[in-house]
Amino acid sequence: MSTRIATHGRLIDRTRRLTFTFNGQDLHGHPGDTLASALLANDRMLVGRSFKYHRPRGIVASGAEEPNALVNLGTGPAFEPNQRTTTTELFDRLQATSQNHWPSLDFDIGAVNTWFSRFLPAGFYYKTFLRPRAFWKHVYEPIIRQSAGLGQVPRERDCDTYEHFNVTTDIVVIGGGIAGLLAARSAAASGARVLVLEQTAHWGGRAPVDGGAVDGQPVGSYIDTLLKQLRAMANVTLRPRCMGAGVYDHGYVLGYERRTDHAPEASGPRHRLWRIRARHVIAATGAIERPLAFAGNDVPGVMLASAMRDYLVDYGVLAGRRVVLATNNDDAYRTAIAMKQAGADVLRILDARDSGGGALMQEARALGIRIDCGRAIGKITGGKRVKKVQICAQNGTGGALEAVACDAVAMSGGWSPVVHLWSHCGGKLIWDDRAALFRPDPDRPPFGADGTGFVSTAGAAHGDLALSAIVRQAHSAGNNAAQAAGYKTKSATAPEAETTREAPLLPVWLMPANANVALRSKAWLDYQNDVKVSDVRLAAREGYESVEHTKRYTTLGMATDQGKLSNINGLATLADALGAAIPAVGTTTFRPPYTPISFGAIAGEARREIFQPLRRTPMHHWHDTHGAVWEPVGHWRRPYTYPRSGESVQDAVAREIRNTRQAVGLLDASTLGKLIVKGPDAGRFLDMLYTNMMSNLKPGRCRYGLMCSENGFLMDDGVVARIDDQTFLCHTTSGGADHIHAHMEEWLQTEWWGWQVYVANATEQYAQIAVVGPKARKLLEKLGGMDLSPDTLPFMAWADGHLGGIKARVYRISFSGELSYEIAVPASQGLALWSALIEAGREFGVMPYGTEALHVMRAEKGFIMIGDETDGTVIPQDLGLNWAISKKKDDYLGKRAQQRAHMTDPDRWKLVGLETTDGSVLPDGAYAVAEGVNANGQRNTQGRVTSTYHSPTLERGIAMGLVLHGPDRMGEVLEFPGTDDKIYHAKIVDPVFYDKEGEKQNV
Amino acid sequence: MLILHCPCCGVYADETELAPGGEAHLTRHGPGSSDEAFTSYLFARKNPRGVHFERWRHAHGCGKWFHAARDTATLEVFGTYSAQTTEPPKAIRDAIAKRRPGWTWRGIA
Repeated sequence: MSTRIATHGRLIDRTRRLTFTFNGQDLHGHPGDTLASALLANDRMLVGRSFKYHRPRGIVASGAEEPNALVNLGTGPAFEPNQRTTTTELFDRLQATSQNHWPSLDFDIGAVNTWFSRFLPAGFYYKTFLRPRAFWKHVYEPIIRQSAGLGQVPRERDCDTYEHFNVTTDIVVIGGGIAGLLAARSAAASGARVLVLEQTAHWGGRAPVDGGAVDGQPVGSYIDTLLKQLRAMANVTLRPRCMGAGVYDHGYVLGYERRTDHAPEASGPRHRLWRIRARHVIAATGAIERPLAFAGNDVPGVMLASAMRDYLVDYGVLAGRRVVLATNNDDAYRTAIAMKQAGADVLRILDARDSGGGALMQEARALGIRIDCGRAIGKITGGKRVKKVQICAQNGTGGALEAVACDAVAMSGGWSPVVHLWSHCGGKLIWDDRAALFRPDPDRPPFGADGTGFVSTAGAAHGDLALSAIVRQAHSAGNNAAQAAGYKTKSATAPEAETTREAPLLPVWLMPANANVALRSKAWLDYQNDVKVSDVRLAAREGYESVEHTKRYTTLGMATDQGKLSNINGLATLADALGAAIPAVGTTTFRPPYTPISFGAIAGEARREIFQPLRRTPMHHWHDTHGAVWEPVGHWRRPYTYPRSGESVQDAVAREIRNTRQAVGLLDASTLGKLIVKGPDAGRFLDMLYTNMMSNLKPGRCRYGLMCSENGFLMDDGVVARIDDQTFLCHTTSGGADHIHAHMEEWLQTEWWGWQVYVANATEQYAQIAVVGPKARKLLEKLGGMDLSPDTLPFMAWADGHLGGIKARVYRISFSGELSYEIAVPASQGLALWSALIEAGREFGVMPYGTEALHVMRAEKGFIMIGDETDGTVIPQDLGLNWAISKKKDDYLGKRAQQRAHMTDPDRWKLVGLETTDGSVLPDGAYAVAEGVNANGQRNTQGRVTSTYHSPTLERGIAMGLVLHGPDRMGEVLEFPGTDDKIYHAKIVDPVFYDKEGEKQNV
Repeated sequence: MLILHCPCCGVYADETELAPGGEAHLTRHGPGSSDEAFTSYLFARKNPRGVHFERWRHAHGCGKWFHAARDTATLEVFGTYSAQTTEPPKAIRDAIAKRRPGWTWRGIA
């Protein structure tokens, strides 16, 4: 059993007791505990079930690399799944539940999968569920969805807040272990600003657990001194509980600070995302111990030797009373010695090396620990807890020599430097054959904007595992970083640590080396995704030679831990199966973040109303208080219609249209883009941008224009008004103002930079109101101030003046076919004019109308709408707009493209009106079918609906569409199958349904 | 996330402030051009591994277009310069040649 002992526990405060619950049971721990250490102190070794086979799983590691011990934390709006117990600091009343089991952790029905494991091999998803095809939707997918996944999805809105920090600094040190702190000190001595991030709550990393002395001082107190020095330096910032999550191009670093996870009652944001720009990055991220691959290495009670040592030294927790260790290196002896000295029975050290270890082995032997060299673990027996270890020869196939009963097993397969942050931005690795590890290749770092490396590594992350090498290298890494950041380094002597001579490690990728298939099928590589040695070998046999493919086929290293424990063992196993060298197989790509970060931190403050700022017209509030139903148009909100009490949306739209056609309506048109184009070459410029001629437009007049991309496709339309000889005002679509402005700037700045033209986006400077309907003139005349008679202000003219005392520019243009004035006033006067029009218009029956009425009225007139009749593949010629394409101009954007064979093809679908034979409304987007079927067995098509509405004016359905040879087929009836299984019949007609002669707008 | 110096307003801008505009120094082909020349202008873009000239717009800053010379593999930036030119200026070409001896572009170095 695992238990708390009275000695040890440098991180916990025994004077205080915390109560927490695990699966509803009250348990106790101390401040300073992690949830993992507290669970172990309560003898809770079994904490979860595995993903695929639902095997019982215990705590394997003591840090960020933990693959098994994931739990649900919290409840309700604070609920969060997949939280690692090893990185969760204990607090009072913490609530945790285990995951991935049914009905309970101790008894799980899904565990039968383990008996069928030979039927669930690598790639079983691809193999098993291929056929029959129809089974996917109704059988396979529901079963997989039921059984897959780890934690549950939170059901309530997150109650916490999050924020971003934007920070610039000279040097970021990621990792607050002895290497990071030493590097920070020597870097900061130069005067450089240094930010040190440490993912845990404690400084010093592993060094105080592993022991040793620096400059004659025990390493623990040396670190205390070092911290004191750093805290006294004004140019150093130390941040605990802040993980370096990712390193990106040109020195961009993300830090993930967990501010209140350990103190949920504290105020302020829960997580903080640090967006850091640094001149240089030092990754002092340490190393992670590797498991050994032997049968049953996933049984609860088997853990990393370093983790067993951490739980003892840091938290005073003995992971077991009767312990067996298996190792291929000297470091695990430190665990054996510590456990023995703490009172555990260390039954055996199984050292895979025939000649065993160095000085540490002698020390262990002197303590009376039995050491068997050239020996291995053949198999672990035990279900929810280790019961027995079968011992065999490392060089054999697994024949048991002896069995030892025990309750915990420590394993060490060597160490892997944490090279993730070095690699995120392209730093390359080299294989160190002697230490059997990938280490950063200092000659191939990630490059910055100046072409020099901007990331370096310090300490164990650099590949140096001995304390003496770590302190020397880290000290100089700090100096080098300061130089790289442009500072002059201060000469200081490097610290010296005593060297413990260690015997070389023996690479062991399978234990025993020739383990038979039964043992290989129980030798886990990836605990979280249930990938075993046998799975990787199978993938290799089936032809998966690339490590990236093998990863995806077997799911090795794909879980939330991203293979922190499994990667090297997995690729070594693959290399072995392929008969290739490990460096030839290579690693998978390391991608940020280092460990999962919360969505809240990524979103920061950008949620709810500030997720995306709304654009509001000057009359927005009026619309809101008059019952507008809103329609999003770009970032704007426009009134869709204004339903009266008890009125349906549909009825409201019909009323607004009838009233506008019969009396007078008001539309808030402020969202229309308004671009001022000015300069001696403005006319010439607009001639290139619009398909028609603008340079010959007279001041005081307006002209409708089409704008195409260089690819020939219609991108925007609108009315252009010539203000004076050198000034035009171009109206764009509501959604188009910004990108048309950008389009104009692009051509002016990058192609025709010699032309003298300025463009200014004045969209928000003006409020614009359309006054529309037969009584529009009467209403404006009542306001008074301008002569709006047909002779003074004819159709397609504009004039400046005052209306009701408000400075106004009046455009006589119409998008409805009615007598219509669009009145632009300074934005600050928009609401005043609107209110004046509503007030004065009472006697004429004025009503506001929304975008749906606008749409229906334009469709009744056969006017196109960008985004309805166009979709990025439509040219003006398709829409019968040849009249708006100048024949006189040599060039305009899109002209050359429109001359291509496909653009002049007479078989291009062309715009027509469509009238259902029974007056119903055609379904939007419906296709007209033709004879026969295509290669996919689908009906051939000959046209499609682009706009379709019920017209209250005509009291029937009207539509526009693009139809093959449409304009030549007037009167023909087409079939449009709907998704409602009905077939709609519609006659091809002229697209202008209402007032074909245009008399109403021209009065 | 790249940082590029905007030669128009002088700001060292984060990539999030910028909008990419693809390959620089294209020659526009309009009416009268052959199908091949027009297709090449409209669609064919170089995507080299190494030195590349790109158009960028300081979209969330001064709004101006500029050009950048950079290495697409190492992300080294050799310089940024005005968009109002048909070829990289000599200072930029020299900066590249210094870092990439023997480098040439469209027959010039």
